[in-house]
Amino acid sequence: MNFTHPNEFKEKTKGKKIESLSLPSKVILCLSQHTGAPAEPVVKVGDLVQTGTLVAQSNGFISSAVHSSVSGKVVAIEDSIHPVIGSFKAIVIESDGQDTKAFSGPIKDPAGLSKQDIIDMVKNAGIVGLGGAAFPTHVKMMPPKDKKIDTLIINGAECEPFLTCDHALMLEKPKEIIMGVCLVANVLGVKRVIIGVEENKMDAIEDLGSALFKVKHDGIDIKVKKLKTRYPQGGEKQLIKTLLGREVPSGRLPMDIGCVVNNVQTIYSIYEAVYLGKPLYERVMTVSGTLLKEPKNLMVRIGTPIRELLRFCDFDDTKRAYKIVMGGPMTGVAQYSLDAPVIKGTSGILALDESFKFGKELDCIRCSRCIEACPAGLMPCMIGIGAKNNRFDIAGAYDPLDCIECGACGYVCPSAIPLVQLIKLTKAKVRKN
Amino acid sequence: MSGNNFTVSPAPHIRSGLSTRAIMYLVILALLPSGVAGIYIYGFSSLRVILISMISCVVFEAAFLKLRNRDPKIALDGSALLTGLLLAYNLPPEMPFWLPVVGGAVSIILAKQIFGGLGHNIFNPALVGRVFLQISWPVYMTTWKNPRWAVDAVSTATPLAKEGAPLFNYMDLFLGNHGGCIGEVCILALAVGAVFLLVMKIISWHIPFTFIGTVMLLTWIFGGDSMFSGDFTFHLLSGGLVLGAFFMATDYVTRPLTKKGKIIFGIGCGIMTVVIRLRGSYPEGVSYAILFMNAVVPLIDRYTKTRKYGLQK
Repeated sequence: MNFTHPNEFKEKTKGKKIESLSLPSKVILCLSQHTGAPAEPVVKVGDLVQTGTLVAQSNGFISSAVHSSVSGKVVAIEDSIHPVIGSFKAIVIESDGQDTKAFSGPIKDPAGLSKQDIIDMVKNAGIVGLGGAAFPTHVKMMPPKDKKIDTLIINGAECEPFLTCDHALMLEKPKEIIMGVCLVANVLGVKRVIIGVEENKMDAIEDLGSALFKVKHDGIDIKVKKLKTRYPQGGEKQLIKTLLGREVPSGRLPMDIGCVVNNVQTIYSIYEAVYLGKPLYERVMTVSGTLLKEPKNLMVRIGTPIRELLRFCDFDDTKRAYKIVMGGPMTGVAQYSLDAPVIKGTSGILALDESFKFGKELDCIRCSRCIEACPAGLMPCMIGIGAKNNRFDIAGAYDPLDCIECGACGYVCPSAIPLVQLIKLTKAKVRKN
Repeated sequence: MSGNNFTVSPAPHIRSGLSTRAIMYLVILALLPSGVAGIYIYGFSSLRVILISMISCVVFEAAFLKLRNRDPKIALDGSALLTGLLLAYNLPPEMPFWLPVVGGAVSIILAKQIFGGLGHNIFNPALVGRVFLQISWPVYMTTWKNPRWAVDAVSTATPLAKEGAPLFNYMDLFLGNHGGCIGEVCILALAVGAVFLLVMKIISWHIPFTFIGTVMLLTWIFGGDSMFSGDFTFHLLSGGLVLGAFFMATDYVTRPLTKKGKIIFGIGCGIMTVVIRLRGSYPEGVSYAILFMNAVVPLIDRYTKTRKYGLQK
């Protein structure tokens, strides 16, 4: 498998404690927070809600619930800016500043809960994959009967440059993460769990290791495994190959080869849902970049406009802003407006200055760097050349559908060709035919 | 922060530092020691050939870009300069001024721009220029100059010519103390540049090592009076093998894309070189070998795709 070694940029927020962002005055809760069918609103304009109140219910098997992240009043249900898909229907809630909770914590004893109880709690808490893809987590906890799951993999690789939110969480909540791991392992009935963490987070590896001694995990073999620091080590398929030596067959899912992968932060939110009864309405994200005087790891309410995050991290007005990115720099989405709200899959916000501008795009010189960087073993330049010349028959012959869109090819391309974009275009064309 | 005036572009939002322009200039840098050696060995006339060749390549590139309604400034992306430099390195150190000009025109216009410019050509432009000159003006192209310190100014033969071989020892060949093309004679200087390119990861070992290895193996087997008695060190150190293997066969645009393809390409170049050197009518075969293999690159590429992740066994 091929990997690249982009500049890490993590030192800006590495080792910084998780701070809570001050309560936003207004949140915009997109109904499409996740992969799958959008949620269905269950509140009306004018309704009073509390923090954690269900405002939209899941709508189908692959779908997820959405909860209010503040207490206050529903002021609108309308099309609004969506950070990834441009615009989508959202529930807008004005905060009353009280932050009254709609759930009573702690805690119930999970020992008495059945597997189905736990799955229901995860589903009702609106938990989705927090690594970025935001796939509804309860779906992963109930694999079809014929799929025998033998290993649960916990993804703590955090290979994207800049991002340190998972790292911060592993340092502050190692015990809770292990408790969450046990819940999921029991539901899946697996005896083997591997937590993969890149070696640039040795402190997290140690803390998780010592948490293993403090949390009872009878009958479950949990290992914390050190991974090389390289990109995209945290890609689901790459992580499985590294840890188990298995490859997910083209077009299939990890559960087809006996494993389920969950991000550490997802695991933590499962812990919160089961032990504290707390729905997923806030998460840790890294707010970083060259335009911030105080980059931070922040606990942020879902639906908070990006503007608030940047303000809290002391946005440097003296520099010319170039790009605002939601997510990491390799796969994140550039934003056109600071009014866009964060969603459940938001792992970070990056504010970048003009030093991140690229040179002009040139023609491909066939240097083959993209081929040597592609973790999926593809030939991105050939897809790019085909797509640019409107020859989707050629581009399509180079397996664009196996692309995981990690961005490694675009990162190494000396001619600044937007390869990921061209591959996405080819995917769309191929699927249409 | 108030103004919503941000750049929106697809991911990734960071890039590795190396640009195409930087790569071109780094290759030129890697070639400099050899040029300095060529000028030191043969004198000022080498510099003249190099400068005329480089300038004419850039001028033709700019002019043709203008004809194609492209920005003529692209001519300074380093690729035309590199072509000019490589062309000069493949020329004898003393020749009429118009010869490198014609060579430059053929390289840039015929071999590169009419195919669509940088990245689109099938054949190595510098080699096309060189071969064109060799076929058109064979006398000028085989009039060799001896090193400045030699007694006779004009040399009759390069080491690879049949009558030339016995006159040189390995050290002469390694340092370039004999007649030859400007940029190919000093193996020491070329090796310095080659190591630089390998360390900077601008080229990989696949093509040069398989190319040179094949030549050495085959000349050892077939190059002597009996089997397995050929002088492979001589074949390594003489002619354009080192220049060709490290700096011409590795040209991104005209070599295969995958590692497997590169190895096939290198071996093919080696076989063709040996066939021409030992059995052909020309003493030197590196240029033709590379051009021949350039022609089969699309075929090699087709049959040497990468193994993708998750391929069903």
